Amino acid sequence: MLFEALKLVFDPYVLWVILGSAMFGLFVGAVPGLTATMATALLVPVTFFMPPVPAIASIVTATAMAIFAGDIPSCFLRMPGTPASAAYTDEAYAMTKKGQGEVALGAGLVFSVIGGLFGTAVLIAAAPALAEVALRFSSFEYFWLVILGLSSAVFLAIGNPLKGLISLLLGLLVSAVGLDNPAGFPRFTFGNAELAGGLTLIPIMIGMFAVSEIIRGVAGIDKPWEMAQASIGNVFRGMGGLIRKYPWQTLRGSTLGTAIGALPGAGADIAAWMSYAMSKKFSKEPEKFGTGHVEGIIEAGAANNSALAGAWIPALVFGIPGDSITAIVIGVLYIKGLNPGPTIFMNNAVALYAIFIVFILANLLMIPLGVAAIKSAKQMLRAPRELLLPVILLFCIVGSFAINNSAFGVLLMLVFGVIGYLMEENGFPVAPAILGMVLGAMLEEHFISSMIKADGRLIAFFERPIAGGLGILTLAVLSVPLIRAFFRTTMRIPGGGTPK
Amino acid sequence: MPGQKFGPAWFPGLIAVGLILCGALLAVRSPKGVWISFPDWVRSARAVAGVASVVAGLLFYVVAADKLGFYPTALLILIVWMRILGASWRVTLPVAIVATLVIHLSFYKLLRIPLPWGLLERYAF
Repeated sequence: MLFEALKLVFDPYVLWVILGSAMFGLFVGAVPGLTATMATALLVPVTFFMPPVPAIASIVTATAMAIFAGDIPSCFLRMPGTPASAAYTDEAYAMTKKGQGEVALGAGLVFSVIGGLFGTAVLIAAAPALAEVALRFSSFEYFWLVILGLSSAVFLAIGNPLKGLISLLLGLLVSAVGLDNPAGFPRFTFGNAELAGGLTLIPIMIGMFAVSEIIRGVAGIDKPWEMAQASIGNVFRGMGGLIRKYPWQTLRGSTLGTAIGALPGAGADIAAWMSYAMSKKFSKEPEKFGTGHVEGIIEAGAANNSALAGAWIPALVFGIPGDSITAIVIGVLYIKGLNPGPTIFMNNAVALYAIFIVFILANLLMIPLGVAAIKSAKQMLRAPRELLLPVILLFCIVGSFAINNSAFGVLLMLVFGVIGYLMEENGFPVAPAILGMVLGAMLEEHFISSMIKADGRLIAFFERPIAGGLGILTLAVLSVPLIRAFFRTTMRIPGGGTPK
Repeated sequence: MPGQKFGPAWFPGLIAVGLILCGALLAVRSPKGVWISFPDWVRSARAVAGVASVVAGLLFYVVAADKLGFYPTALLILIVWMRILGASWRVTLPVAIVATLVIHLSFYKLLRIPLPWGLLERYAF
C-alpha cells in the first residue's frame, strides 16, 4: 500500500504540480495582503481538472509554503505576509533593525519545517485512530461534534465572541438557502433557479478571502512599502545552536499549534498568537521579547506550520474543517470522490497515504525553495501592486465563473467580497461565517434526524455514552465565558479578561 | 409543512432567533452616538476611485461578459483598474494584454472552461 502511494506521488506530473504550487505559495505568502487561504481559494478552480492526488497535493504544498513565506516581509517591511505571521512581525522586524535579519529568516524557515513535520506526524498517527472511534458515531454524536466545532470557532476567534457568534449565524443562514435540506423544500430562493441549487461555496470563499483582501489592498494603495535594508548571507548559520538552545520551545509550539489547528475554526494565525504569548510567559528572559529576540519567533513559527497539518485531522476524519483552508479543502475532497469521514481510511487508503507523503515532501521541499525565496525576497516585494491586484482580480473572476460556468458566480463573489471586507473592518471575524456555511447542512441534517429519532425529547441527545460526554463537554465550553462574564460583573475580578 | 414535526422552517427559525438575540445584545453594548465612521483611505482620491472601480468593474463583467465576450471585457476592466491605481499607459497596455491572453488560454485551453466569446464568436479558436 505504501508503495502504491509512493508511486502516486513520485509521478512526473504530480511532482511538477507540487513544484509549481510551491512557487505559487511562496509568492502569495511573501506578498503582504495575499494570504494562504486566498492561495487555496484561487487554486480550487485549477484543481477541478486534476486527478485527486495532485489536486490535494497542490493545496497542501502551496499553503505550507505560504505560511512560511509570510515571515519574509515581516523582516523586510514590518508587514506580515499572511495573518499567521502577524504575531511576531514586530519581533522579526526588530531583529532586522539590529542586523540579525538573517537569523530571523533562518529561524522562520527551519522551525517552520520542524513544526510542519511535527504536525504531519501527529496527523498520520492520530487520524486513523480517531477514525476507529468515529465509525461508531450516530447523528447524536455528529450533532454535538459540529456544535463543539462551531463554538470553539466562535470563542477562539480573535476579538469579540459576540461578533464571532453573529458571523457564525450569518454563515449558517447562507447554508440554509436552496433545496438541499432534509425536507427538500426550497428556502430563500425567491423563485430563482440559481438560488434553488443553494449558494455555491467556492465563489463565496474567493469573495471573502481574495476579493476582500484586494479591496483592502486597493484602499491602502497610497501607503508605500518601505524596505528595511538587510544583507542576507547563509540563513542556516547558527540554526543548530538555536535547536539545541530552545528544544522545549520548539516542542511546545509544535504541540500547541497542532492542537489549535485540530480545533475547528482556529487555524495558523491563532496558533501563532497563542504560542507567542505562551513563549513570553514561560521564557527565562521575557523582558527581551519585542526587542528583537528569536525565542518567540521559534515557538510561534513552529506553531503556525504545525497548525496547518493539525487542521486536516478533523477535516479528514469527521468532515469538520480545522481552519479556513480545510473549510475549502473539504469541498475539493467531495468533488474528487475522497469523501471525508471515518470510512475514508477504508475506501481511499492509498490516496490518503499519498496525501500524507505529500505533507512530508512539501515540508522538506521548503528548505531549498525557502532559501531561494529569501534570496529573491527583494524582487518579490517590489512587485508593483497597481498591476498585481487587477491581474489577481481577473483570476478571481475566471475562477468563480469556472465553478458553474455562470456569471452568477462572479456576482456571488463580488457580494461576499464586499461583505467580507465590511465584516473584517468592523471586527467581525470571517472564519466562523465560513465554518457555518460549510457545516450548516451537516448540522441541520444531524439535528433534524436526531430530533425525529428522539421524537422531540431533548434528553435523547445525552442518552448514548459518547454523545452524552460530547454534549456535556460542549455545554461546559459554552458556559465558561458566561460564568466568567457573570463573575466579572458581580465580583469585579481585576484583569479577568484575556486580551488578544 | 403538514405531517412533519420538524419541517424545513425549523432550522432557519432557530438561526433567526439567535440573530435577533445577538443583534439586541450588540445594540445594547455598543457605544452610543456614533452610527457610522469612515476609515482613513476615503481621503485619498486614488483609493476611493480604486475601490469604486473594483466593484463597478466586477458588476460590468457580470452584465457584459456574455454579450461582449471575455477578451474585450477583461481587457477593458484590466486597463481601467491599472490606470486608476496609477500605472502608466506604457506598462498598462502590455501587461493587460498578456495577462488576458495567459488567463484565457490557461483556463480555456488547458482547463476547458467555456469562457464566453461574445462579439468575437466568428474568430473563436
